[in-house]
Amino acid sequence: MVRLEKRPSPSRFWTMATPVVAVALTMIAGGIMFALLGKNPVEAIRTIFWDPLFNEQFASYSRPQLLVKAGPLILIAVGLSLGFRAGIWNIGAEGQYIIGAICGAAVGLAFYPVEAWYVFPLMVIAGGLGGWAWAMIPAILRTRFATNEILVSLLLVYVAQAILASMALGALRNPEGGGFPGSRNLSQYPAAANPELIAGTGMHWGVVAAFIAVIAAYVLLHRHMLGFSIRLAGQAPRAARFAGVNPDRLVLLCMGLSGGLAGLAGLFEVAGPAGQISIDFGSGYGFTAIIVAFLGRLNPVGILLAGLLMALTYIGGELAQFMLGLPSAAIQAFQGMLLFFLLAVDLFSNYRLRFGKREAV
Amino acid sequence: MDLSAINPAVLVASLMMAAVPIILAAIGELVVEKSGVLNLGVEGMMIIGAVCGFVVAVKTGSPFVGFLGGAAGGAGLSLIFALLTQVLLANQVATGLALTLFGLGLSSLLGQGFNGIKPPATGKVPMGPLADIPGVGPVLFQHNLGVYLSIAVIAAVWWGLKYSRMGLILRAVGENHDAAHALGYKVVRIRIAAILFGGAMAGLGGAYISLVRVPQWTDGITAGAGWIALAIVVFASWRPWRVLIGAYLFGGITVLQLNLQVANVPIPVEYLSMAPYLITILVLVIMSSGRGRAAAAPAALGQNFHASR
Amino acid sequence: MNDAQKPALLAVQGVTKAYPGVVANSDVSFSIREGEVHALLGENGAGKSTLVKMIYGLVQPDAGAMELRGVPYAPADPRAARAAGVGMVFQHFSLFEALNVAENVALGMENPPKLRALAQAIRDVSTEYGLPLDPGRMVGDLSAGERQRVEIIRCLLQSPKLLIMDEPTSVLTPQEVEILFKTLRQLAAEGTAILYISHKLEEIRSLCDEATILRRGKVVDTCTPREKTARELAEMMVGAVLTPPARSGGAKGAVALQVAGLSVDSPIPFGTSLKDISFAVRRGEVLGIAGVAGNGQDELLLALSGEVRTARDAVQIDGVGIGDQGPNERRRAGLVAAPEERLGHAAAPDMTLVENALLSGAVRQGLVRRGFIDWAAAKGFAQTIVRDFDVRTPSTGVAARALSGGNLQKFVIGRELSQSPGVIVINQPTWGVDASAAAAIRQAILDRAAAGAAVVCISQDLDELLEIADNFAALNEGRLSAQRPVQGLSIEEIGLMMGGAHGMEVAHHGP
Repeated sequence: MVRLEKRPSPSRFWTMATPVVAVALTMIAGGIMFALLGKNPVEAIRTIFWDPLFNEQFASYSRPQLLVKAGPLILIAVGLSLGFRAGIWNIGAEGQYIIGAICGAAVGLAFYPVEAWYVFPLMVIAGGLGGWAWAMIPAILRTRFATNEILVSLLLVYVAQAILASMALGALRNPEGGGFPGSRNLSQYPAAANPELIAGTGMHWGVVAAFIAVIAAYVLLHRHMLGFSIRLAGQAPRAARFAGVNPDRLVLLCMGLSGGLAGLAGLFEVAGPAGQISIDFGSGYGFTAIIVAFLGRLNPVGILLAGLLMALTYIGGELAQFMLGLPSAAIQAFQGMLLFFLLAVDLFSNYRLRFGKREAV
Repeated sequence: MDLSAINPAVLVASLMMAAVPIILAAIGELVVEKSGVLNLGVEGMMIIGAVCGFVVAVKTGSPFVGFLGGAAGGAGLSLIFALLTQVLLANQVATGLALTLFGLGLSSLLGQGFNGIKPPATGKVPMGPLADIPGVGPVLFQHNLGVYLSIAVIAAVWWGLKYSRMGLILRAVGENHDAAHALGYKVVRIRIAAILFGGAMAGLGGAYISLVRVPQWTDGITAGAGWIALAIVVFASWRPWRVLIGAYLFGGITVLQLNLQVANVPIPVEYLSMAPYLITILVLVIMSSGRGRAAAAPAALGQNFHASR
Repeated sequence: MNDAQKPALLAVQGVTKAYPGVVANSDVSFSIREGEVHALLGENGAGKSTLVKMIYGLVQPDAGAMELRGVPYAPADPRAARAAGVGMVFQHFSLFEALNVAENVALGMENPPKLRALAQAIRDVSTEYGLPLDPGRMVGDLSAGERQRVEIIRCLLQSPKLLIMDEPTSVLTPQEVEILFKTLRQLAAEGTAILYISHKLEEIRSLCDEATILRRGKVVDTCTPREKTARELAEMMVGAVLTPPARSGGAKGAVALQVAGLSVDSPIPFGTSLKDISFAVRRGEVLGIAGVAGNGQDELLLALSGEVRTARDAVQIDGVGIGDQGPNERRRAGLVAAPEERLGHAAAPDMTLVENALLSGAVRQGLVRRGFIDWAAAKGFAQTIVRDFDVRTPSTGVAARALSGGNLQKFVIGRELSQSPGVIVINQPTWGVDASAAAAIRQAILDRAAAGAAVVCISQDLDELLEIADNFAALNEGRLSAQRPVQGLSIEEIGLMMGGAHGMEVAHHGP
């Protein structure tokens, strides 16, 4: 009979090893899923994980895409991880991402066609503030009325999507667009554009921001009292209160930070890779970032790696769709599976298996 | 704009129909939460139920078998949740989210090739002359089985929780799992059973959307109904009959805004369609700010149980 | 037929149970006859709880056998134990606060009657044994003593042959203890065997017929408690002669902590609100606050530590109102606090000792500069605590949950006492700690008082308070009695300060 036994201290080895084991298990389970879909599993896995980086034919296009996709994922996930560590569940990053993009784009479009150095910085500020304000709604409802922030932040995603549609069709629609939905293309308006900074790398300001966020979060969590308070509040809420942590302030801070970062990600996306506000602007980065945050063990450096891996599955998924006719939904299921396996093997960080006599459970 | 086109009797009848998926999912989740487990994967289980129900109904030609398929699909997905949280002790919030993300992906995968097909029709329950009573007839006696079933399930859960031994044990486990364990109850088994029931109910609700309410298959068809169901459990303060009130309230708003869209009210469609979500948030705020809320929630909600010694 | 000839009801033979890293029971044997009140005596961690959990079917032994009325007895779970006629009253109640009394009783029975019939049965049994209870009341609203009645009645309704009671008097006033003992004697006279677990020697001497003494999981002795003095029993239990802590009768200084008209709503669900509490503690003085569990002890600690804020002048340190300040402002003003619950409140279970040292030591020890943590200093502080308070741990890098209860308590108390505080507030300083660690902790508290700190010690252990306190007061339903000097105080008076018998009455049916 197998039974579980709690470790006296969390295992350092398993904390590092779980993501690797989870990825391996997901590849196996994903392979089985691809086989059931009638695809060669080995070929599918290779197309997703290897070809985007090393296939001579595709790598030149795919490699830059890696940073383009990873940038917003990392930026959002770093913010989310702070809240998740404190037991504050902002799962509406998708909405904050959309609102950030709308606010930032609105500022840029308001200046059109002024060419001035300050347009883009103002857009960045507006994007961050937009995401922050959208996240403040669940935060304030939680601190003032004890309303569940999980449900409110998530429901606000649907509201944000409706606002997005309304903006793309109404207030922000391109007056020269011949009546088609969607705003002017910001990437073709130099003062407001978020261009590729180094040709052929995919590096844009959003990726820079993501790297800065990773470093800042690392310092915050490991060196600063605020980061200690965040960790403490998540692990032992009553001990946190004993230590003098104000739970309401922590909610406002974590929700605000994650919302602001998601808003920034939205702004960088709309001014760069996406280019315009359109009905289908919300691409699910806000939800995938939840997987990235957990896969990275809520650790900034881990999130950096997890963001790159998840970006790879996006690009590889597109490639597999193009090459093998693998449905795009398969990749989404694949990403969900990854989170399952991660949560499952996470057990070994705090428990060990014992084989022996049956215990009354 | 033509508001006279809105017929109150039809409105009430269609809100009862609109509320069915949410009632089913919410009453299932209520049982899960009463056992002390927070499963945030309702949306994922609903959409898997929607696609499984649709595919099975189309393949077999029987909506009844389709509903069974939907329930099985939802229960199957919830089994993953049960395994992860009850056996492998994973965080319930994270696992619930994973369930939703995975369910959304898997459902659109399973639904490939079923877009645009019409499912076999689900008939109304024949009520004979009752259905012809003016006013009351369309409201009460012209529905399909789902509407009656949803009310019956609420009544059954209400009775079961309040009066049956099983319900008492379920509440005890959700209240204090250590004490329940000390008295010799199998906490983990009871919770797994509750989770499976919740999954089956969510799946049934999802199947109702794709087979009756819409009725067709498109990606993301549940459109947040699972989250609304979660909100309604909070709104209901974990009491079965209040789930009915909450779901009818929500159904009413959904139907009303659709009617207003049809009636060409000068409010943009996007703003009308966000109304149900905004009103759900508003109701959540009102419910949670009231006193005594903390006592209404099962005390062990969301906590994992591991018998250490 | 005299007692010795009665047949053994339960015989335990060579039972052994090991957990990873610790042998909880090693080759334990004893037997108990019908109508006998049998004591299991031992310190915290001696293995008493594990032993009774095996008898109640919660845990299965690794080796050994049990017999009930001459028949092999190996309950697979508590239901089997109950079916065989074994009932148990838990130390930490197995009750459900949001359910009512009748539902709680039904959950502990195999085949409960319909709720209405059950309610009547509860009323009947409760009046018969002098334990009045309203079956329709929510358990969360009951006092600790009433909750114990629920547990006892739950057992009695199943007419058990053997009743196990795990530390039952820790939640009762002295008067309530007397009434409980009468009930138990009546049960024994009716033929029920009672297995009574305690470390309180006087209780065992007055109640029990036989005693089995456990130390580190082994039976070290058996005796007839009435024939021994409390001191002899203590030596058998601890295995060494203990010296009571040394008290200095030093002069007391000015008032350091003044509490005036403190009223607070409880932040805890089903908690007890504090009502108009006033007291003052001078430098060098120890104020002992007694009370049965659940009468506002947790709330008082929260209100003093700053986790719950009050009116500014309700709490004053050295004459300055700090009632509206948070924990860290109060630490700056010289107040340290140690909550009752070690894991989860006083310490974060999954964090290292260094991180836990930082948890409350950051302000007074200067471990944080402009928001950034000085990890080297935090580690140094943790090492100081470990050294000064003899905390047994491989290093300061292990998680708090890896420490034993006694060691963690020494760490937590040490962390607060090492901060050269002016005011110390402690709730249950030695709860669940073995005798030698308890003695060390009490001595450390007295040393701090001698050095000029004002100490508030909240405890449910009367002996402890009488040992270390200068002044004495008791909490009862959120109100604090007047303070009295400890010297010359009788147990009777203490009991009345704690609320007397709380309406309990002596059992009034004949055997």
